[in-house]
Amino acid sequence: MSIKGKANIVGIFEHPTRKADDKSLFQLHAECAAGALADAGLTKNDIDGYFCAAGDTPGLGALSMVDYLGLKLRHWDSTDTGGSSYLLQVEHAAEAIASGKCSIALITLAGRPRTEGVATGTAPRTAAVQSAETAFENPYAPATANMYAMCAMRHMYQYGTTSEQLAWVKVAASHHAQYNPHAMLRDVVTVEDVVNSPMIADPLHRLDCCVISDGGGAIIVARPEVAKSLKRPLVKIIGAGEAPKHQMGGAIDLTYSGAVWSGPAAFAEAGVKPADIKYASIYDSFTITVVMQIEDLGFCEKGQGGRFVSDGNLISGTGKLPFNTDGGGLCNNHPSNRGGLTKVVEAVRQLRGEAHPRVQVPNCDLALAHGTGGSLGTRHGSATVIMERE
Amino acid sequence: MQSQERTIQAPVPNLETKAFWDAAAQGKLMIGKCNACGKLHYYPRVRCPFCFSDRTELQQASGSGTIYTYSVMRRTPIPYAIAYVTLAEGPTMMTNIVDCDLDRIRIGQAVRLVFKPSDGGPPVPMFTPV
Repeated sequence: MSIKGKANIVGIFEHPTRKADDKSLFQLHAECAAGALADAGLTKNDIDGYFCAAGDTPGLGALSMVDYLGLKLRHWDSTDTGGSSYLLQVEHAAEAIASGKCSIALITLAGRPRTEGVATGTAPRTAAVQSAETAFENPYAPATANMYAMCAMRHMYQYGTTSEQLAWVKVAASHHAQYNPHAMLRDVVTVEDVVNSPMIADPLHRLDCCVISDGGGAIIVARPEVAKSLKRPLVKIIGAGEAPKHQMGGAIDLTYSGAVWSGPAAFAEAGVKPADIKYASIYDSFTITVVMQIEDLGFCEKGQGGRFVSDGNLISGTGKLPFNTDGGGLCNNHPSNRGGLTKVVEAVRQLRGEAHPRVQVPNCDLALAHGTGGSLGTRHGSATVIMERE
Repeated sequence: MQSQERTIQAPVPNLETKAFWDAAAQGKLMIGKCNACGKLHYYPRVRCPFCFSDRTELQQASGSGTIYTYSVMRRTPIPYAIAYVTLAEGPTMMTNIVDCDLDRIRIGQAVRLVFKPSDGGPPVPMFTPV
């Protein structure tokens, strides 16, 4: 069974806050849910499916969150694949809807890492509970930044990718963020600004890294019949794919991501090619993340990502592949250290024609949202969603 | 910049990994060997991650390898080099590159095994340039 055309995205919301020192985590989830319901023109009691990631909903899976929100459900799922969870949940919601398990599914994300002062990028990992690999990794002080940095270092060695090429990813994001009043970083930056910013973990500079922000968002996925009854532009899900990638028993290759599997699965289901995509939301925890995923999704050949993103090729209006027109995680928002939900939100804005006029892609009828969660440097969950405007 | 000693988070052995860490205490780095498919793996586990046989055992690694990739973390009080080293036997493992000039580490560089004490646990296998 395919999910192609079996579910629509009918509601989206990105919380405007970037520092929620006056709100609880649960309140943020609820505000996001309320925002997406208002966007869709639905009410809470219309929801019969709920999806979230266990990692940002304290309690047993989704149970405490469902209790707090007061939901009555037929279907729920709290699978956590880090930042890509919400892309995966769009697929899982579409699957549940296609098989009749629910009709209107709510997905929420929220978090307060900025208020809580989490040094997300540079703090070595510690483990409250020992995973199978913990003893073989944590003594070496893997953080977030140095794990992605090792991917970048190898990519540079193997393919000749340069810091200047990586910098173009940030430059493009900053060109978009200048038009987003909610973006954390709205100043347009240059390649020189990026490569001259302080080194965090060789070869990644401060401006190669995404922001740390509080906030969240929500998505509502519904049966096509429900979508047609609402007064919003129609955005249908036409393909999705998911895949984990790990260390393969020590046969480690850090030059590619799980997008080599989730991407082709999504394209095959949708019946479209990378060249058909008018707009792409690509997870941008770091600049290297974008380069690797663009290659793995097939937008260019493996190893050519650095050249592909150069010279403004990701900037809406001038480049061949307009990406992250909200400013992405690099400039706009990375709520709860999880950027997958906002990737879907901006893709839906583009398909509806509701992106900022200065970054709106003309006649944007086919968009992709993609993410990886966990770490490209160790193990991660990859998820790809392709959407079409009807 | 010369590398400095830092506090190393202690590995926590479990029933499955106790033999690995007991060997580490004797200065030996062990890797997983499957007697069904013949492949080597890391980190070692009882059931082979390739063929899923439980006919596995620990095999001592020679301790020589090459740097597959690395990164020097600059934003911590004590900068350090994290790396993946490909062992002469084949598997690649996460580690640190120690006792060296952090600015002269290179991919492809030959390295050899050293053990560093952890904070209250068994010693941890690391590597230093040959």
